[in-house]
Amino acid sequence: MTLIAALLSGLVFGCGLILAGMANPAKVLGFLDLAGRWDPSLVLVMGGAVTVALLAFARAKSGARALNGATLQIPQKRTLDRRLLLGSLLFGLGWGTAGFCPGPALVALGAGIPKAAIFVAAMLLGMLIFQFQQRD
Amino acid sequence: MAIDYAHFTPLTAWCGGMLIGLAVAMLLWLIGRIAGISGIVGGLLAPRAGDKAWRVAFVVGMLLSPWLYPLFHALPQPQIVAGPWRLIVAGLLVGYGSRLGSGCTSGHGVCGLARFSPRSIAATLTFMSAGFAAVFVLHHLLGI
Repeated sequence: MTLIAALLSGLVFGCGLILAGMANPAKVLGFLDLAGRWDPSLVLVMGGAVTVALLAFARAKSGARALNGATLQIPQKRTLDRRLLLGSLLFGLGWGTAGFCPGPALVALGAGIPKAAIFVAAMLLGMLIFQFQQRD
Repeated sequence: MAIDYAHFTPLTAWCGGMLIGLAVAMLLWLIGRIAGISGIVGGLLAPRAGDKAWRVAFVVGMLLSPWLYPLFHALPQPQIVAGPWRLIVAGLLVGYGSRLGSGCTSGHGVCGLARFSPRSIAATLTFMSAGFAAVFVLHHLLGI
């Protein structure tokens, strides 16, 4: 049941990205280009997503259990630190460099687009570099 | 700032966003997990065993989504202007940065904002600003 739920959630997530136009880097860059001709669509994507997610999290009290019996794993940390801000800064710079973030890149990879494969390979390498750094 | 009305798609953007929110709700209620893509993928690379199966299933779902989508609607073709080197630099920054910052557009920008997490609000403001800055410098100042 857990695996089917995760698979379905991934399918719905990906279809949402495609319908929203967010699996298209050109559209994402149109949002990030404030000084050019600006496409505000991404604001509405986040608005729609956050509105539904708000209801989901509002009902998810800590200590509650999911349908498969697992405890809800909701991050508890609330303090800002250098890692969070530096990481988000680097992530944002990369996002603006090609218009891809992890979800849309996976969708484009699934569609068999070679350029998405290049991006995803580099993204995985970046994640591995982070991980090896953590071991020291 | 001039709004690009030719490319602005408010209805599909909102509805697509709601589907993303639905996927977040499904993952949370059914298996108790946060739908943060960088965290889900990053966890697959981590040595810790035991919770990899659901991550694989979720990623497979995302990879298959462009094959399910055309059953309901015409599949739009993504336009990727960036060349290989630019994609490599971008991918490295996105992979490393999202792990260091504990999240990306989905984990911080959707899930985190929806639970009013101060960390996610700060992260979202930071990566949005960095994204705007990157496009301004690359596109308008350097013209690449």
